[in-house]
Amino acid sequence: MSRRMQVLRIVAAGTMAAAISSFSAMTAAWAADTIKIGSVLSMTGPASFLGDPEDKTLKIYVDKINAAGGVDGKKIELVVYDDGGDANKARTFATRLIEDDKVVAMVGGSTTGTTMAMIPVFEEAQIPFISFAGAVEIIDPVRKFVFKTPHTDKMACEKIFENIKQRNFTKIAMISGTDGFGASMRAQCVKVAPAYGVQIVVEETYGPRDSDMTAQLTKIKNTPGIQAVVNPGFGQGPAIVTRNYAQLGMSSTPFYQSHGVASKSFIDLAGAAAEGVRLPAAALLVGDKLPDNDPQKKVVVDYKTTYETTTKQPVSTFGGHAYDGLSILIAAMDRANSSDPKKVRDEIENTKEFVGTGGIVTMSPTDHLGLDLSAFRMLEVKGGDWVLVQPGS
Amino acid sequence: MMTRLNRRSVILLALATMMALLPLVFPSSYYFRVASLVWVSALAAIGLNILMGKAGQVSLGHAGFFGIGAYAVAIGPAHLGVNALAAVGIGALLSGLLAFLVGRPILRLKGHYLAIATLGLGVLIAMVITTESRWTGGPDGMPVAKLVLFGWRVSGSDTWYWITAGLLLIGTWIALNLDDTPTGRAFRALHDSETAARVAGVAVNRFKLQAFVIAAVYASVAGSALAMMNGFVNPDQAGFLHSVELVTMVVLGGLGSIVGSIVGAAVLVVLPQVLTVFQEYEHFMLGLLIIVSMIFMRDGMVPMLARLITRGRR
Repeated sequence: MSRRMQVLRIVAAGTMAAAISSFSAMTAAWAADTIKIGSVLSMTGPASFLGDPEDKTLKIYVDKINAAGGVDGKKIELVVYDDGGDANKARTFATRLIEDDKVVAMVGGSTTGTTMAMIPVFEEAQIPFISFAGAVEIIDPVRKFVFKTPHTDKMACEKIFENIKQRNFTKIAMISGTDGFGASMRAQCVKVAPAYGVQIVVEETYGPRDSDMTAQLTKIKNTPGIQAVVNPGFGQGPAIVTRNYAQLGMSSTPFYQSHGVASKSFIDLAGAAAEGVRLPAAALLVGDKLPDNDPQKKVVVDYKTTYETTTKQPVSTFGGHAYDGLSILIAAMDRANSSDPKKVRDEIENTKEFVGTGGIVTMSPTDHLGLDLSAFRMLEVKGGDWVLVQPGS
Repeated sequence: MMTRLNRRSVILLALATMMALLPLVFPSSYYFRVASLVWVSALAAIGLNILMGKAGQVSLGHAGFFGIGAYAVAIGPAHLGVNALAAVGIGALLSGLLAFLVGRPILRLKGHYLAIATLGLGVLIAMVITTESRWTGGPDGMPVAKLVLFGWRVSGSDTWYWITAGLLLIGTWIALNLDDTPTGRAFRALHDSETAARVAGVAVNRFKLQAFVIAAVYASVAGSALAMMNGFVNPDQAGFLHSVELVTMVVLGGLGSIVGSIVGAAVLVVLPQVLTVFQEYEHFMLGLLIIVSMIFMRDGMVPMLARLITRGRR
């Protein structure tokens, strides 16, 4: 028995070796005259509402670019992996893109967590990496090869506080989610509040899966002198907060949500309670309501039409981030006249006055985002739809 | 006795040979990365197997200890100025201590109750890691400083391949040796029948606790290794899904089979990488494969293969 066992153990070990080596044969690289661009997105799992529109957007536009002759006469080959929102998997796929697929550039990384896990890989390999994730840590401190397209949570705080300041409010309450988005934005808001003369008098939090926030809101309601309430968070938490807010009859106090809920589904979830809620969001959300002389109007309307006619699904700002990232990269390759990662990196940094769905991007060696506060529009929910808030009101 | 000794050395030798030969067929350092992930996962799975397969106690919160190890090497050097290697030790010590303290009351529970209690422990650890953002960076995780050994910065997938391979060899060696010690025999007695073990004079509670502590230390060391290899940690590593993944590795490979845990880890790490070619159907295929293998290989892959071959010989 034991002699046989020995053989068995060896066989088992052998199978494992065979499994790994057959795996290497499967992914044989095919060298062709194409430019390989990699992407790791959270297409499944809890962050799929980010990864799914990003994936669709990349595919639609890569096909379009290739149909129009590609870049420098070379076709683009897009390699996309799904990390399921898992940072560890994202890291492995990042290594795979570089070592195995030999991509020359990377767009993607749906969440801050996956992006932060992948950054060391691309920095070490010196491959340009344009992330679609929100947090400011990605580009602050500036890393040579890392860029991003979405507005940061810090900018969202500034936009909200700017509006609060214009309305001459100074004392506010904050209720935030404890998820990654909520926690990160909360920290940024606390940091920038003094610059706008805003004092956060009372602060409450809720868990990402909580189903009732009445207790926290009651405490805020009973704090005297609160002039406005800010709710950094995303997912369904903010919708519940909004409903509870109305139920407690607090609607007379101005209520601010974040760009994290800037989608139609927030209005659907919160229903009538959403009336009067303000939030900073990208122009994409109100494309058709923008004045005709708005420089972003054409881009956002074009993207929205393309996305909605191809996928038959409503457009989201997240897909827009992917559009911006891919467009910035392709434009940089065009200018560099090459797909050499280092030259492309330099040209990405040279991006000037690029009009995207997220705003007008002008990057520099100290700014790898290139957006200013004008990229955000202050919106208000009226009659179940978004309307632009006139500056100064 | 001789043959048992032989069996042990043959396994270790086979494992070491494979580890040494695999790099010869690796075309790029991406494969080193995947193999290192297998070694790390296998290390945690072997520890859990000592608890589940040998001593017969379940833990659904094992990733919690993995998380403690991972965050020890992140927080230690960053916030407390502790040397990274020392942080690995501190992580293992903390995990062992926590397992000892919590294990005393909860290991008196049996079956489903024990499963729930360990699940709760795992969830609690993950929650603390997620909320204490001043220390842990919150839900988005935090970076881990590169390991520096005698002035040499450890980096690169191939270097980590050898380090994790070494760790796994040591872990395998200890686990295999355990089989022949009084402790190992006590574990087996516990596994077969707690009542019988108690009657035979086995200090049931003490041995359960011992297995729990050993398993926690294995997971913690594996967690530290992964965190340093990745240069980044986030709370997912301590989360419930990761606990389930570890249990799946143990059960898929074969409860009680040390080689089984390595095979189980290899399958669960390598398969998703291979299956990405199926795009949208990736998760479907993975689920299907696990279901099919559990139906046809109820005892796990390695014990089942072992039985098939023995039967073939007869």
